[in-house]
Amino acid sequence: MKDWFKSGSPWIWLNGGAVAISMIMVIGLIGLIAVRGFGHFWAADVALIKTTDHEGKTSVMLGELVRSQTIPTTVARDAGYHVPEGIDLVTRHLIKQGNRDQFGRDFIWLLGLGMAPFEYPEDVYVIERREWGNFYGQPVALLRSGETVASAAETDFREQLQAAVTRSLELHKRIKRLEKRDIGRINRDLERLRLDERSLELQDPPAAVRNAEEQRIEERRAVLDAEYAVLRQELDLLYTETKRDSLRMRMSNDQEVDINLATIVRVTAPNAMSVPAKLGQYVERLWEFLSDDPREANTEGGIFPAIFGTISMVFVMSIMVTPFGILAAIYLREYARQGPVLKLIRISVYNLAGVPSIVYGVFGLGFFVYFLGGNIDRLFYEAALPSPTFGTPGLFWASLTLALLTLPIVIVSTEEGLARIPSTIRQGSLALGATKAETLWKVVVPLATPAMMTGLILAIARAAGEVAPLMLVGVVKLAPTLPVDGTFPFVHLERKIMHLGFHIYDVGFQSPNVEAARPLVYATALILVILIVILNLTAISIRNHLRERYRSASD
Amino acid sequence: MSDTSPTQAVGSARRPSLLPAAEARQKLRRKRARMDRASHWGITAAGFGVVLALAMIFVYLFYEVAPVLRGATVTPQAQYALPTGDGRPQHLLLERYEKLGIQYDDQGVVRFFSADDGRLHTKFELPVPAGQRVTSFAAAEANGGITALGLDNGQAVVARHAFDLSFPDDQRQITPKVEYPLGTDPITIDPEGRPLLHLAIQSVTRGSGGTNIAAITEDGRLLLTRLDTRENLFTGEVEISTRGIELPMATDTPVRLLLDKTLQSLYVADRDGLVHYYDIADLGAARLVESVDAGRGDAITAMEFLVGTVSLIVGTEGGELSQWFLLRDEHNQFHLNRIRDFTAHSAAITTIAPEYNRKGFLVGDAAGHLGIHYGTSARTLYLDQLSERPLRMVAISPINGRLLALDDQGMVQVAGVWNQHPQLSFSALWNKVWYEGRSEPDYIWQSSSASDEFESKFSLVPLSVGTLKAAFYAMLFAIPLAIAGAIYTAYFMTPKLRGIVKPSIEIMEALPTVILGFLAGLWLAPFAEENLPAIFSFLLLMPVMMLLFAYAWSRLPAALRSRIPEGWEAALLTPVILLFGWACLVASPHIEVWLFDGSMRQWFTDVGITYDQRNAMIVGIAMGFAVIPTIFSIAEDAVFTVPRHLTQGSLALGATRWQTVLGVVLPTASPGIFSAVMMGFGRAVGETMIVLMATGNSPVVNFNIFEGMRTLSANIAVELPETAVGSTHFRVLFLAALVLLALTFVVNTVAEIIRQRLRTRYSNL
Repeated sequence: MKDWFKSGSPWIWLNGGAVAISMIMVIGLIGLIAVRGFGHFWAADVALIKTTDHEGKTSVMLGELVRSQTIPTTVARDAGYHVPEGIDLVTRHLIKQGNRDQFGRDFIWLLGLGMAPFEYPEDVYVIERREWGNFYGQPVALLRSGETVASAAETDFREQLQAAVTRSLELHKRIKRLEKRDIGRINRDLERLRLDERSLELQDPPAAVRNAEEQRIEERRAVLDAEYAVLRQELDLLYTETKRDSLRMRMSNDQEVDINLATIVRVTAPNAMSVPAKLGQYVERLWEFLSDDPREANTEGGIFPAIFGTISMVFVMSIMVTPFGILAAIYLREYARQGPVLKLIRISVYNLAGVPSIVYGVFGLGFFVYFLGGNIDRLFYEAALPSPTFGTPGLFWASLTLALLTLPIVIVSTEEGLARIPSTIRQGSLALGATKAETLWKVVVPLATPAMMTGLILAIARAAGEVAPLMLVGVVKLAPTLPVDGTFPFVHLERKIMHLGFHIYDVGFQSPNVEAARPLVYATALILVILIVILNLTAISIRNHLRERYRSASD
Repeated sequence: MSDTSPTQAVGSARRPSLLPAAEARQKLRRKRARMDRASHWGITAAGFGVVLALAMIFVYLFYEVAPVLRGATVTPQAQYALPTGDGRPQHLLLERYEKLGIQYDDQGVVRFFSADDGRLHTKFELPVPAGQRVTSFAAAEANGGITALGLDNGQAVVARHAFDLSFPDDQRQITPKVEYPLGTDPITIDPEGRPLLHLAIQSVTRGSGGTNIAAITEDGRLLLTRLDTRENLFTGEVEISTRGIELPMATDTPVRLLLDKTLQSLYVADRDGLVHYYDIADLGAARLVESVDAGRGDAITAMEFLVGTVSLIVGTEGGELSQWFLLRDEHNQFHLNRIRDFTAHSAAITTIAPEYNRKGFLVGDAAGHLGIHYGTSARTLYLDQLSERPLRMVAISPINGRLLALDDQGMVQVAGVWNQHPQLSFSALWNKVWYEGRSEPDYIWQSSSASDEFESKFSLVPLSVGTLKAAFYAMLFAIPLAIAGAIYTAYFMTPKLRGIVKPSIEIMEALPTVILGFLAGLWLAPFAEENLPAIFSFLLLMPVMMLLFAYAWSRLPAALRSRIPEGWEAALLTPVILLFGWACLVASPHIEVWLFDGSMRQWFTDVGITYDQRNAMIVGIAMGFAVIPTIFSIAEDAVFTVPRHLTQGSLALGATRWQTVLGVVLPTASPGIFSAVMMGFGRAVGETMIVLMATGNSPVVNFNIFEGMRTLSANIAVELPETAVGSTHFRVLFLAALVLLALTFVVNTVAEIIRQRLRTRYSNL
């Protein structure tokens, strides 16, 4: 034993243990996110839970089992449960019982004591609604304008219901299109007219011009108002249409509730579904998550605006950071006079990569948003004042701030790439009579392109995951419109955006119903992790590939 | 270029040259030279631009912070004679648009005059009964505009000035008016009808409301009257009930009488330098509590409340200024305490004017000096000669942008004031400060509140301590794992495994911190709270388990052992760690029942340890996780690049592998490892999202592992979006950003320089 200690091999084992723990943490973390995130889309079975409490009263409830844990009895008693003497440990289950509008809360902890084995009746429906979360219950009948058209006992009830749901979804889509696209366009035009009017006041042109302009605005406004009236009528009609059907459901406490089909997103009967059916459902839900707008204060629905916002921000950032980062690196490596001053500058630039990102956020808010943006507003958007156009956080400023933040990364990576290029290649080019610029652009830069790509990818990966500075310079919890749409000028750099990372923070920590939001946060985190891991793996593989290539070139 | 084709010329002397014409070549050469120059200048410009843009961050943060250090400036604008009638001015004010001055005189006349040139705007006569003389004057806190005139028949008239705003033709028009909240009839203060020589009034509108009026009569009696107004809900009539008492008079040379807004205290200052404090909360039991020596022998010449009527500013004949407020002692009794002194004036203090929305005040003295001081920070922002004559009165506008100063000749000086950031000073930011109502000086961060009377508490100490606390626990978790891991990966691990481990750790570095923070806050924090014994037993016993396993492994028959070569220890340990972790988890509730009466969490509370769910331990683990890759990859690099011939030499001399690590590898690589730790520290200090999500963000000053903290960076993220642009709070947050920037920059630079030194050293070995 003593010899064994003397040989030092225990220390080697301990060091090995540190690596093992680190690896377990990395893999465990990614695994945790993956399991929870992917699990979100699986249609879980709904259990019928019968419990008998200590007074012999029985209660029945429907719900999904979220998780179980073993706790000491003291904790259970503190939490207000009745536990008989003589038991040290009890199991409790977190049940998602849904029906928030009926029961008040949709998650409930139940003690395992006195609980009958779970049953999974096949006729339990899970109804995803536009508000109040899921509804769990057993169907009674389908109503049309208050009259029963099909009762649950009928064999084709399910088909009839599905047809009615499809119809109401179709109507909903039409309403959304009317509201968002057509009425939205009219509103924007009206707003533009208001701005025209205001700038007319500010510029104060000659009376003739003024009158003509005023008349034009007046006429245009009348046209728009008329269009709006027509649309409004159409919309009202659609709204009455959607109210036609409703579904009568029985809850676990035998109470019956009518649910209007207009509020329903999807009806499923998970207990009756086969595995392939569930898989189909899984894909459908996953797609919905990626392509839909969020509902219910971001705790339900999809995350499309956040994905879109993240991508557009990163895109704008790349456009800005690439040329400047590369030119700066070329300057530092090829043109600047090497010496102590340059060394100092280089160290400073490298160190900026280690400066806390929130500092960039502060700088972005103060300098870009308030100073630059405020001046841009005064110069070009005077008519819109006092409501700011660029003088408020937005996509452009967020991208610019991140460009500044990732500039050192691109510079460092490009410089490394330039340094790796064997000087023989450079000298060969110069010896053939090429000028410095020709050597640079036709020989050195093409060879260094993969390094630049690596830098850019790393920069994108960093930018996609950064949240702290964005909270200050342009990311919001809910952006009403995407930064790219069909109205002129198509790309709206001044708009606020949603962002995956901020979405995680906001839904996980600012939402009133954390338990309900949790799966969605995991799913969002999963998307973000996948995005970033892919980007990084690409960068790493490019880098390794690159090393091989120069190893052979320098031989 | 023209010399590049001599061989062609020799071989075919007759044939025309294949080269382009000389002119074309010339042109091409010029074009190429132009391109070369353009490229040179373009790249140089871009390079400079980028470097400048990055330098701009420093410059801009300084630019935003700089105004904080500035004192106040006072710019004289005009001078004119105060419009007066026969009376002597008693009170001078400036309204919030800084256009109108207000002057009360001892004839019972209120004059509103243009602050620009002294032209009389409006004049009101207060309802002083015919034949009565005004013998004293009092003003309640300036925000309410309530004033009182004491008459020579023992009665008082209470008035209030106010303004109506209207916007005819988009022009702001201010119309002054005078109201009588207690009616136009004079209120009898002294039933004996003697003249009131000193008067004080204070009125509360919030809560049950009420007005206190205190007076000292010609024959030296101190009287207090409480007026309660009750509005009849049905008729809207206002009923006033009055109750008067007489208090024991403790001095015969009273100078100033003050009543506070809680209607609980009365202060009398006298020429002997004493301040007498009366407790008047209960009129039936009103009494003199104590007389304190505030003047230190000097006569008190001026005394005024700061806004909120908690702090008293006392000015003496010798020019000294001090701040006082009441503190509760161990017997629950209030006593008046001297809190701080301000830069003394050279002549007797004649007047004190508190600011309306913060704890600053203006002081005029008998030598014509004007001083601008601030309570919380104890700063003197301005102290200079304003007038040749002694100043009688000073008035500051409610937005602190303009002042009026009246000298003893009736001349008014109007001056513009810039005094944006008096709250901050080095000591206010970094030292303990005695805030109003606190029993002792303390470090507190409490930046904003809805009320004007709130005293902003901008101590950066809790935030800095929180930052260091978070970084400390993160490093505590990260350093052993990262460095031990780095040594193993670089020196012992088989290349095959290393090819997996390195990229995995690099990916770990790229994981967004928002994900780590969210897992720490939503998953780890509740998990740890429910399984505290598991966490502790895992942390403490894990190394022991590893050693046990290692020993058992070394006892295994050699045939079995040699199947798995050296360098795979980490892989062998993985199932051990997983199994042990699982065992800890399963045993956790049993341990709780067995050792901690069923709940370790509760047990902590019972033994007096505060336990927050989101605490420093959680942050330590989560942020440690974020820092490990930074330290790991730099340290691994340093160990891996230790020249092979050194280690091989050591091994050849018979040292074991571990001895080689201790004796050769670590000493050589230690600067690199140190710089790795520095870089990790730099990252931990600036991390925002993890701390924001995994702690309660309460700015506490302690190092308790089970309590949360608020760091500089999280504080910026929380407060910056909600603060007013350009306000003191805004600039303090910029200062916090600057501190962070400077700190991480210095740490990283040191680390980088060490690393570069190391690199040259390796190449010389």
